[in-house]
Amino acid sequence: MAPTSKLSQGIKKASRSHTYHRRGLWAIKAKHGGAFPKAVKTDAVAAVAAPKFYPADDVKPRQPSTRKPNATKLRSSITPGTVLILLAGRFMGKRVVFLKQLKSGLLLVTGPFMINGVPIRRVNQAYIFATSTNVDVSGVNVDKIEDKYFARDKKKKAEKTEDELFETEKQTTKDLPQFKKEDQKAVDAALIKAIEAVPDLKAYLGARFSLRDGDKPHDMVF
Amino acid sequence: MPFKRFVEIGRVALVNYGKDYGRLVVIVDVVDQNRALIDAPDMVRCQINFKRLSLTDIKIDIKRVPKKTTLIKAMEDADVKNKWENSSWGKKLIVQKRRASLNDFDRFKVMLARIKRGGAIRQELAKLKKAAA
Repeated sequence: MAPTSKLSQGIKKASRSHTYHRRGLWAIKAKHGGAFPKAVKTDAVAAVAAPKFYPADDVKPRQPSTRKPNATKLRSSITPGTVLILLAGRFMGKRVVFLKQLKSGLLLVTGPFMINGVPIRRVNQAYIFATSTNVDVSGVNVDKIEDKYFARDKKKKAEKTEDELFETEKQTTKDLPQFKKEDQKAVDAALIKAIEAVPDLKAYLGARFSLRDGDKPHDMVF
Repeated sequence: MPFKRFVEIGRVALVNYGKDYGRLVVIVDVVDQNRALIDAPDMVRCQINFKRLSLTDIKIDIKRVPKKTTLIKAMEDADVKNKWENSSWGKKLIVQKRRASLNDFDRFKVMLARIKRGGAIRQELAKLKKAAA
């Protein structure tokens, strides 16, 4: 029982000596050789000049939130090698292979590129269907691909001369850097071998998913 | 048009509404005009409204409200399971269940198979047409 628990109004349950012992002030005293440690008063408090302006209302300053978001939970139906169906975006309806979940929570997927044109790409878990089909990804190494891999290149704004400003816009084609093309080939090589081992799987991944007349998505098993 | 399937003790029926939807049960007693007592090897004996039952052609030989073990033995002697699964009704249900449990890849494979089958049929038809012409 805490000593502050009351027996009645104004009557504490524990006696003064009991409370003193419980608070452990005797231990602090003993630790510092019989006397209480005195806090040293800093002069910093006195050094601050009296402020010129006192706000009329006592308003609490807004503190920035110290809340840290949790790591995105990966659905239990998604494991490395699961075939996912993309539901939105440029590759809507495409069936892709899941590789791993990145630190940002996004999923790393690949078409494979040779089969359906989807490159190594990040995709949000909310925009996919997980099917129960699995591909063997034991031969695939994606350790070096992280969120940084997908960061945009910072373009340097070149100083334009007056002439250049009035020129017609030059087509600046963004060419894929060679190392990305090679990474794609490396990741897909082992995958395609595993896919070709299963009959019809290659055609399956090459086809897009769509709903037809009579399909009831809530009733369908994926 | 006389009735062929009667409510009687031993009649095998399919539950078509409720918690036990799709279960094959045996009528072991009649409670009153609307209700029967039903039993099956893997459920607790209970009463059910006739409206929730679809009678089948199968009948087994039991006395009124048999013990569970007696019921199971009678069902095995009459070979209810095989008779049901070989009947066209039973076969239909099995196919329906299989189709409902297909996953996306299976459905894709079925689509390929149907296209292939259709192609083969059309080829044969073309051959026959040519022969008849």
